[in-house]
Amino acid sequence: MTTLTRAEHRAPTDETPPPPRRRRSPVTWVRRGGLSTLVFLLPLVIVFGFFSWFPIGRSVVMSLQQTNLVTAPTFVGLENFRHVLDDPLLWTAIRNTAWFAVLALLFGYPIPLIAAVAMSEVKRMKGLFSALAYLPVVIPPVVAVLLWKVFYDASPTGVFNTILGWVGLGPFPWLQDAGWAMPSLVLEATWAAAGGTVIIYLAALTGVPTELYDAVEVDGAGLWRKIWHITLPQLRGILLITLILQVIGTAQVFLEPFLFTDGGPANSTLTVLLLIYRYAFGNSLGGDYGAATALSLMLAAFLAVMSAVYLRLTRSWSAS
Amino acid sequence: MSRWSTGPTSAEAGVLTRTRRPRPADPDDRGILSQADWRRPAVRRGMTVVQFVLLIALLVIGLAPLLWLAKAAITPTQDTLREPLAFFPHGADWANLATAWTRVEISRYFGNTVVIAAGSWFMQLLVATTGGYALSVLRPRYGAVINALVMATLFVPAVVLLVPLYLTILDPPLLGRSLLNSFWAVWLPAGASAFNLVLVKRFFDNLPREVFEAARVDGAGPFRLFWSIVLPMSRPILGVVSVFAVIAAWKDFLWPMLVLPDPTRQPLSVRLPALADYIELDVFLAALAISTLIPVLIFLVFQRMFLRGAGMGGAVKG
Repeated sequence: MTTLTRAEHRAPTDETPPPPRRRRSPVTWVRRGGLSTLVFLLPLVIVFGFFSWFPIGRSVVMSLQQTNLVTAPTFVGLENFRHVLDDPLLWTAIRNTAWFAVLALLFGYPIPLIAAVAMSEVKRMKGLFSALAYLPVVIPPVVAVLLWKVFYDASPTGVFNTILGWVGLGPFPWLQDAGWAMPSLVLEATWAAAGGTVIIYLAALTGVPTELYDAVEVDGAGLWRKIWHITLPQLRGILLITLILQVIGTAQVFLEPFLFTDGGPANSTLTVLLLIYRYAFGNSLGGDYGAATALSLMLAAFLAVMSAVYLRLTRSWSAS
Repeated sequence: MSRWSTGPTSAEAGVLTRTRRPRPADPDDRGILSQADWRRPAVRRGMTVVQFVLLIALLVIGLAPLLWLAKAAITPTQDTLREPLAFFPHGADWANLATAWTRVEISRYFGNTVVIAAGSWFMQLLVATTGGYALSVLRPRYGAVINALVMATLFVPAVVLLVPLYLTILDPPLLGRSLLNSFWAVWLPAGASAFNLVLVKRFFDNLPREVFEAARVDGAGPFRLFWSIVLPMSRPILGVVSVFAVIAAWKDFLWPMLVLPDPTRQPLSVRLPALADYIELDVFLAALAISTLIPVLIFLVFQRMFLRGAGMGGAVKG
């Protein structure tokens, strides 16, 4: 094989392409394994082509079209975007999604961190602690929401109202009231997701160099100063990452508002993704696919910015 | 579609690899509190209290809802409604489980879930291993282009695909028949996971090239190399991808709901919300309990894989 000797002159880095061929006739191409390479790539190209690349391209085209599968699609320029931006429900949905994100940060950001720091100091049965914390993540999300819907029964004999009744609170309306519904959704979502964040923090905590603690102890630092000056700064990178991951996740929240309240009461839990769903599939007469894809693209642009920030951070963080 | 609801996304790729970074062994096995701290009685007592409170809190948060579900699954409806926290005031009703399994046909939806998960698992492994092998080991000239196209999809959130992918399923190009109500509508898009490809390709990249060269010299063709050398060497990463795939398929809701409108084809996650409206509460809770069983069992068996790094998939819930 002449190619082998040629290959030896090249630095064998990851990025090295196969050595260039002198003559590219179909026969030598097949003999060198070009055909079998294609066979191996076939599943990837077919699946990504049909179910990723093609739909992505199609979504851009569709956002510029008026289409509902009943009448032939017509190009309408940026009309779909204007229609979506003029929809008063869009601003309700954005406000609700932002409110969800804020509440999710208030509930879901400090608790896993505190839990993880406390759990990292546990000496015995560490596995039991993290398994318990992770258990809610394992429950299928649909089952979790349906179970919590039972817990949120607004009657005085509902599960939560009974428990709170023991200490003289309630009964609370939970999902029935426009003001209570969103916090109730976030509470369940936080319960369902916190375990994963705890596990991430636990892994990051094992990476804090213990010499740093030794060093500040020499200066007489107590527990709180150690946490404030060593632990938290050492977790800075991962804290930023979980923050952005949470924003990306909450911007796409769908399951909780869809199954708990279907956007109600009085659109108080209508989120952006739920609005996209309603544009496309909420109307039995044929969906407004143009508006749905236009709004999807706007949401995607926001998410792309967040992911770009995320990637920058992870890259600089793993380089350090 | 593993990326759709709760599966790992592009974002987690970085976290996953980073936690694998080898750490120096802990010289004196300490945490924030030093060995000297632990010898002080006040610290000891304080930490005992902290750990006790933590354990109680975790039991209430993590275990109590599951135990309540298990109890409610075999409690008559009226007891659950009137005294939800009483412990079997009028005895247990084991018939709920049988009713849910047979009359409500949970068995059928359970079977659908298994079939959907198995197909998605196979499709994801097929695409990720063959594609990863071609791009990492065989490396054709145009590989860089395909790789870039796949990586670009990492930046496209699944929400963009929702409508156009649905229309593609309704009227697939070249195929000529709708995939609606066919399991292929779930299986095939599941394979288009750039995240899997990143994981598998990165693993293949780190396999020793000398082994491949030796196999080639011994006359192994690309297929033999793939099947007898690369795949057996890649069991760890195939395990990770498999568990991710099965869990994601089990959790998935929106996509199967859209493409499987026929109730007899639907998995548990899609069918359960619809059932809530027209079956009795006790049977419904029994159905929920049955649906929880398998994921909890998978978790208990593969606990270590979940809890050390691979569990990152749960970090974001969308």
